[in-house]
Amino acid sequence: MTVSPDLDRRFRDAAADLGLIDVGFDVVDSPIGDLLVAASDRGLAAISFDSEPQDSLERLARIAGPRVLRSPRSVDGARRELDQYFEGRRRTFDLSLDLRALPPFTLSVLDQLARVPYGETTTYGALARRVGHPRAARAVGTVMNRNRIPIVLPCHRVVGATGSLTGYAGGLDVKEKLLELEGAR
Amino acid sequence: MQAVAIPPFERFYEEHRSDVLRLLRRRLGADRAEDAFQETFLRALRAYGRLDHGEHLRAWVLTIARNVALDTLRRARPTSELVDAPADDAEPAYAELAELTDGLGPKERAAVVLRYGYDLSYDQIASALGSSPDAARQATSTGVRRIRRRITS
Repeated sequence: MTVSPDLDRRFRDAAADLGLIDVGFDVVDSPIGDLLVAASDRGLAAISFDSEPQDSLERLARIAGPRVLRSPRSVDGARRELDQYFEGRRRTFDLSLDLRALPPFTLSVLDQLARVPYGETTTYGALARRVGHPRAARAVGTVMNRNRIPIVLPCHRVVGATGSLTGYAGGLDVKEKLLELEGAR
Repeated sequence: MQAVAIPPFERFYEEHRSDVLRLLRRRLGADRAEDAFQETFLRALRAYGRLDHGEHLRAWVLTIARNVALDTLRRARPTSELVDAPADDAEPAYAELAELTDGLGPKERAAVVLRYGYDLSYDQIASALGSSPDAARQATSTGVRRIRRRITS
């Protein structure tokens, strides 16, 4: 018995409208490929370059609770701001972020990361100095690597001391594209 | 023994939505089944965060669906005597208890089957019946009392 797209959509919308979802997600298309975007009632919870939901559901459940449901409505705000960003019409995001369960060091690094301006780059070492742990460049790299909300928390703006791109969860070509979009390269 | 992990709701929904719709269509017809489908999964979603483990989720959601169907039929025929829906869904645990629970009303029967056939908590039963845990406990014990009375009489 196939559930019609209309019936399916009505249930998903009702679930979101009634506030019964711990975290809602949807696949958002972008110039750098499909993105899996997830949001809770606290705010944007995750952006994943791996748009195959099955791989991300358990991770989302661990963060926010088991009521993980695909729900286009839950990520409307994020979708709009991401669209504007990719069209070059937005330089900063106004979305609230769900950063629950992250350790204090990670939060302070992400807080500094969020202040790196559009179109500029910084280094792992510089970020480490800004959070008061000048020798922790490698630990900062780990935080970038595990960043749950790339693009909005702009880890693509963090490069190696020599200016090399080093690494990126979405692939170095994506990092390069984002920096080009922002006019940083 | 480790409890079965509760899957993310999306996976649970994708796995069981066809069976739920099939059951509801059979009991309510295509039109009324749509609202009942939504109501079933909204009830499941309300209770999902309070589940203790991920066992017997199919039985759980089908029981919710049966109760939503009963509620729908009851609303449609408020004065007439409710005819119990035929037990047309193959459920092994149900089958074992079918004879014992035969004389019970639908809610008591569902409560007894869920408690003793599927080992669900009163919280879970409450979600399935759309009632409070206290009412679920009461329906279960009333059901058991009736069965006992019948067996011993």
